[in-house]
Amino acid sequence: MDLILVNLIDGLVTGLLLFMLSAGLTLIFSMMGVLNFAHASFYMLGAYFAYQISIAVGFWMGLLIAPLIVGVLGAGVERYGLRRVHQYGHVPELIFTFGLALLIEELVQFIWGKNQMPYSVPEVLNFTAFAISGNSIPAYKIFMIFISIAIFIGLLYVLTKTRVGMIIQAALSYPRTVEALGHNVPLIFMGVFGVGTALAGLAGVIAGPVLGTFPGMAFVLGSIVFVTIVIGGLGSLWGALVASLLIGWITTFAKSYNIEMEDLLNAIGISTPENLSDSVFRDFWSLTSPQIADILPYILMVLILIFRPAGLFGKRQS
Amino acid sequence: MTVSDPKHDVPEGAREQDQITTDPAKASERMRAGSMTLTLAPWVIATVVLVFLPMFFTNNSALTIMNQMSITIVFALAYNMLLGQGGMLSFGHAVYAGVGGFACMHIMNMSDFFETIPLVILPVFGGLFGMGLAMIVGSFSTRSAGTVFAMISLGVGELIAACSVIIVAFFGGEEGISGDRTYAQPFFGVEFLQQIEVYYLTIAWLVISAALMYLWSRTPVGRMANAVRDNPERAQFLGYSARWVRYYSFIASGFFAGVAGGLFAINYEILTEENLNTASSGVILLVTFLGGVGFFFGPIIGAIAFTLLQTVLSLSTELWAFYAGTLFVATVMFFPGGLAGLIMMHVPAFKLGKASGLVMPYIKTLLPAAIGLLGLAALVEMTFHFRHAATGDVEMTLFWTTFNSHEILPWIIAGAVTVIGLGIAKTTAPALKEAWNEANTAGGAS
Repeated sequence: MDLILVNLIDGLVTGLLLFMLSAGLTLIFSMMGVLNFAHASFYMLGAYFAYQISIAVGFWMGLLIAPLIVGVLGAGVERYGLRRVHQYGHVPELIFTFGLALLIEELVQFIWGKNQMPYSVPEVLNFTAFAISGNSIPAYKIFMIFISIAIFIGLLYVLTKTRVGMIIQAALSYPRTVEALGHNVPLIFMGVFGVGTALAGLAGVIAGPVLGTFPGMAFVLGSIVFVTIVIGGLGSLWGALVASLLIGWITTFAKSYNIEMEDLLNAIGISTPENLSDSVFRDFWSLTSPQIADILPYILMVLILIFRPAGLFGKRQS
Repeated sequence: MTVSDPKHDVPEGAREQDQITTDPAKASERMRAGSMTLTLAPWVIATVVLVFLPMFFTNNSALTIMNQMSITIVFALAYNMLLGQGGMLSFGHAVYAGVGGFACMHIMNMSDFFETIPLVILPVFGGLFGMGLAMIVGSFSTRSAGTVFAMISLGVGELIAACSVIIVAFFGGEEGISGDRTYAQPFFGVEFLQQIEVYYLTIAWLVISAALMYLWSRTPVGRMANAVRDNPERAQFLGYSARWVRYYSFIASGFFAGVAGGLFAINYEILTEENLNTASSGVILLVTFLGGVGFFFGPIIGAIAFTLLQTVLSLSTELWAFYAGTLFVATVMFFPGGLAGLIMMHVPAFKLGKASGLVMPYIKTLLPAAIGLLGLAALVEMTFHFRHAATGDVEMTLFWTTFNSHEILPWIIAGAVTVIGLGIAKTTAPALKEAWNEANTAGGAS
């Protein structure tokens, strides 16, 4: 029971982190209809910038400044890159963001090298918040949860309650009409892109110290983020939240409970073949849940796409 | 649903901005495929050149590069069946080549069976396995084109790549699986012990696959793939199922990708997780797009250029992936037609007989630009050396000169070369543009 609680907290941290990335990505998608493959790269840039700033002026300034820089960079990419490629069509746009992801990874290696950066949790938060039957929960995790939830509430408030949010929502569905009403739609697009990437940057700032700041960090998280928004339904903010938490919990639980495929198959009445080591399916029989924890999201995505192509919360395409 | 919702009523791919259109009159839409008829002559010439190439490049490393090039060409052509001809962007196509290759490797290791077949038909098995996988995946992924297809391809690609370390029996875990091609039945006495014999096997498959893929693009299925790419709704009004057309393209592409995988297995006799992962899929996308998705021969040019670039650059600099990435992004942003598109842009000028007027302006602009870019590359290399070389190691060699990267003089020289080169290119660019307009205008003073 206690272990379940610990895992719930761990899964919540992972899920909320995923949500900070997928929220921006799904907003950008529903607005421009383009998936930003470089989204996780902005997350990585956030971590690296924060590290560089934290050396000079400390963690808290990094938390404040790094997302801003990333957001400005993101807006620049939209203004000078994506908008230019947009005229060629959808597929080149996807390819552009894919190339950008490659380029940013190379750029980061060029500037900071291939090794992991010693970006660590600030002293103030480097203590144990509380312990559940011997499993200590670091204060930093609680801090991550609070930041993520604050961001989510803030985003929800801005999008649904303020005038700016209304215009954005209108621009998402009827860009031409909004433009006819006198709003600068390209500016809105650029702004949303900037905010989305800034959110990714913020996620990088707070995840860098725990998950490690290294050139492969974008790649590790990147494809999971796409999986998340596909499962949640492309363009749905609530879907992104639910899918993020789902993936966070599934992977955490799969890693901490060692469920073996052999036991599972025996339980449903299939007996283990006698000469297992010679069988073609020997790897299938010896599967354990920690082993497949990292590919569970992909399996889930394929299943969702087969049985509910629009995703959990996605609108059905007529 | 009575209220018209422009975002959701139109099927995926039918929206205006979803398509690769085929209006060659607009520079921005010059992404057509299959709209040019190749005659027999280029095929004969290419075959003859391929047959006689080893006479000029005799050493083994050249043969290895040529083999790699041939395999990449087959793979890139297969990829372009999807991207260029079908308008489907796949981020996990290495999986089909990889699975085909792994299957061939297993056949090589099944000695009883392998001894009864000649090695030359092994790629067929690779192709069949690639096709089999494509049939399974395609059954749900080709439902729509565009973003959803791209996402599924990425997910499936990641899934299978991740499986390679789990399902050790088939993928051999981290060390992969290896075999020996010489156990096969000799083919007219040839046992494929030597590199040159493998070369001829590879180019034979290259020519056959390229010809088959070209012929495929001329069949009704291939033409319908173009139609579905450009306007799926209209194609469906004509009575074709867009989904089935995409499905056929997908499995054909899977077959030829598998053939490329089989050729890889024969050449290298080892396959690992690297043949499956997203990085390989990204490389083939890069190759195809660099060459140009708009024309059948685009991927061929792309594969040749990329393999040469990779070989030359990776020998001389650690940063080659950085340059390749820059080139890729620049291609997407400024020349979405790729190298083939650039070449075909000059056809009107040739037809008007005014191409000669372009030579001097080109030299005046492109030569300084190239020198400026080399200067820029020198600055990048020096920065890299300055930051990442071991402490005390201040000597670096660049463009056959050795100097101290911690002194100011080399920086000034490289900076000056960059500024002057790009500056000259910028001042001569308007003249080039004028010459270009002149060369593409019929009549007038020449």
